[in-house]
Order: sequence, then structure tokens, then C-alpha cells
Amino acid sequence: MTPDTAPRFAPGMKLREDKARGQWVVMGPERMFVPDETALEILRLVDGARSIAAIVDDLLTRYDAPRALVEGDVLALFADLRDRGVVTGG
Amino acid sequence: MIAAPLALLAELTHRCPLRCPYCSNPVTLAGPGAELDTETWARVFREAAALGCLQVHLSGGEPMARRDITALVAAASGAGLYTNLITAGVLLDEARLAALAAAGLDHVQLSVQDSEAASADRIGGLAGGHARKLAAARLVRAAGLPLTLNAVVHRQNLDRLPGLIELALALGAQRLEVAHVQYYGWALANRAALLPSRAQLEAATAAVEAARAALKGRLVIDYVVPDYHAQRPKPCMGGWGRRFLAVSPVGRVLPCHAAESLPGFDFPDVRLVSLRAAWEESEAFNRFRGTGWMRAPCQGCARAEVDWGGCRCQAFALAGDAAAADPACALSPHHALLAQAVAEAASAGGGFTYREPKRAPLPPAPGAPFFAAQMEG
Repeated sequence: MTPDTAPRFAPGMKLREDKARGQWVVMGPERMFVPDETALEILRLVDGARSIAAIVDDLLTRYDAPRALVEGDVLALFADLRDRGVVTGG
Repeated sequence: MIAAPLALLAELTHRCPLRCPYCSNPVTLAGPGAELDTETWARVFREAAALGCLQVHLSGGEPMARRDITALVAAASGAGLYTNLITAGVLLDEARLAALAAAGLDHVQLSVQDSEAASADRIGGLAGGHARKLAAARLVRAAGLPLTLNAVVHRQNLDRLPGLIELALALGAQRLEVAHVQYYGWALANRAALLPSRAQLEAATAAVEAARAALKGRLVIDYVVPDYHAQRPKPCMGGWGRRFLAVSPVGRVLPCHAAESLPGFDFPDVRLVSLRAAWEESEAFNRFRGTGWMRAPCQGCARAEVDWGGCRCQAFALAGDAAAADPACALSPHHALLAQAVAEAASAGGGFTYREPKRAPLPPAPGAPFFAAQMEG
């Protein structure tokens, strides 16, 4: 995962609203991830076209934080999600 | 307030072209004439989604044996459920798969019995079955559907776990589920032929750990150490009536798909009651819910809300009491039975009692009386 990577959901992984519990979840086969508020905001920007750098740009329009800090956090999140089979890069 | 379930296991039929000796279906199999019809299943899916289920597993038997499988997938997907088809693959073809994909199928979980065809066909009891499964896996990927390979492992195939991992990669699966046989029903009758040795298990666990590290980001491997070599029980189904419910081919609403092996239960009939009423109000779902039903050594145990007492079906099958601690726990007075079974299996042959519609198997001695009762009739 680099700032140029355009992540997308891995095959079978879908971001869905869980109305019964008032939350959003990433659904996969026999697996489910419940993103926290920040992770959800990032996952909503995943469309297979947007790069991580573009996702960071988007976040920086709403958050007052140093770019390097935000980018580091976002890269770490996507690396973790890739290792868990939730997203793929490129 | 009872928390809502997350997933529904829909056992659409007990019909299956395979005859696996560890089949998780009950020993008394339902005939096709007694199966729920399309509209009843569609209602069950809508009720499951309304109740809070996010995912449905369409299983069996072999779900592709249902002629209305496309309509059932459409109904489940239309209800908003993440729809997973659990199949042996031998009844899949390109046209049927395309129809399922168009109906909204999210994922296919395909079973294989071994990495080598001759052994796989012997275990599954279907000549040519393995080759048809490989063809099915390619069709699934060609249709653009995500694929999990499911391998049930035991003494007669565990040494080829590295081969199963290679097979999952070669077939383009994103996930490999390595499931050790659970010993109740058909599998309990075949336990001596299936239980792996400790040495086999350690080699397999090492192979999984190495593959997980090497294949990080390419292949997810689900793997749990089997009960017969464990010191603490698994949180079976995440706890009775906590996260999952199953509906049998004839419409019985169950806390787990094997629960019909337990005597003295009146499981709700989904043709007569709503899924919500079955989940929230039925005596069957409330009997082992939470921790109030527990006795020593579970009552007061620090792990009571970690493992929820383990598996009720295994407690009944081995201890003769569904309310006992799972004998997989080292604190159970029946724990020695597991090591004893492993020792006995080490010198046992490899012959199987295959799953057959008209053949209820006898469990190994000392038999649980329920199975003996089923033999009469």
C-alpha cells in the first residue's frame, strides 16, 4: 500500500448498513468487520478508483491535522485491512 | 432484551449426491416431500433480515439439489441478506451459476474432500466427484464470484493439508476454511476412522501457520484446533441462541444445525411461528441461553462467557447430558474420554459407514441412548 494505491474491496467484501444495530459493517463470507467512525468515513471513499492520496485529500478538507500524520494512519489502516483480506490494492 | 442473531443457516434439503461419512446432517434425514416450499423459505429470509440477520448460508445437503435454488437466492438477496452458497459443486454448471449470480449471490463456498482425486472420491463416496468440483471452482471464478474452499480434515487427509492450501491458491480462492470434523451424528459413528493423531495435528498446525505468514494478503486461512486435542472448549455457535440460528429442511428452527440430536426438545416449527417468536420466546432457544443454566465446572468459571460451556451436542454425545460441561474442557469429569478415543483410533482401521438416507449409524460404545432409540423404527 502506497499513496498511489487505489484500494478496492476484496471479492465478496461489501460495506452494508446494519439497521438492526444502528451501524455499518463490512460483510464477507462468515466474517464481519465493524469499522469505527473514522474507519467508516475512510471506507466510504473506497471505490477502486480513488488513490490513498486522494482519500487523504478528502479527509484533510474536514480535519485539521498534519498531512503526514493522516496519511500514515490511513496507510496503516489499509495495510491492516489488506492483510485481513478486506481490501486489495490497485 | 435478547440480542438479535447475525446469521441464518438455511438447510434447504438433506438430498446430496455425496455420502461423506462425517456429514453434519442428522442421522435421520428428511425426505424431499417434507421440505419447505419456495414461498415459505422466502418468508423465512424476510423475517431473518427483519430480526437482524445480516448473512444467510444456503446449505443442505446439497442446496443445488433444489430446483428452485435461483428463486431462493433471489429471495434471500432481495431481503437484504449477504447470500452465501455452501455447495459440493457437483451439480453446478455454467448456466445455473450465471442465473445464481444474476439473482444476487454474493459468495460461493465449495467443499473438497482431499487434494488428491482418488482419496477425495473415496471419502465423498462419489466416483468422479473431485474432478467435477475442480471444474465447478473454475466456473465460480469465471462468473466473477468470490470463492472459499472448504476442506473438512481428519486422519485420512490431514497429511495433505499443504496440498489443500496449494489447491486453494490454484483455484483462485480468496479464503480456505480448514474445518476439523465435529464428532456427533454420522461423524461420531465414524470417529475411529477419522480422528487424527497428535503428531498429525501438530504438523498440520505448523503448515497452517507457515502458510498464513507466507500468503498474507493473498489467502485467508480459517483454522481451529479440534476439540479432541484441546484443553478448553470452543464457543460453539458463539453461544446457544446468541448469534446464529438454523432452519432445517422441514422448517425446524434450531440454535445449531446439529441440535436435533438432543432429546427432550420441542424445536419451533417455522410453518407455525415467526422466526422472531422462535428466537426470542421459545423454550428451546432459552434453555441454554446465557449462563443461568450452567452447573459446575461452568457456573462461576471465568470463561463462562468466553466459551459459553462449549458444545451442547458434544456434551450430550459424550457425557450423556446436554447440560453438562463440554468434555473438550479439561475441567470436565468426562475429559479423559477424548484422549481415550484418540488412543483407540490410533489402532483402528479406515473403513467408513457412509451417509445414506435409510441407514442410521450406531455410535461407538458406550452409545448415547438417543441414537439407539432412532434405530428402532
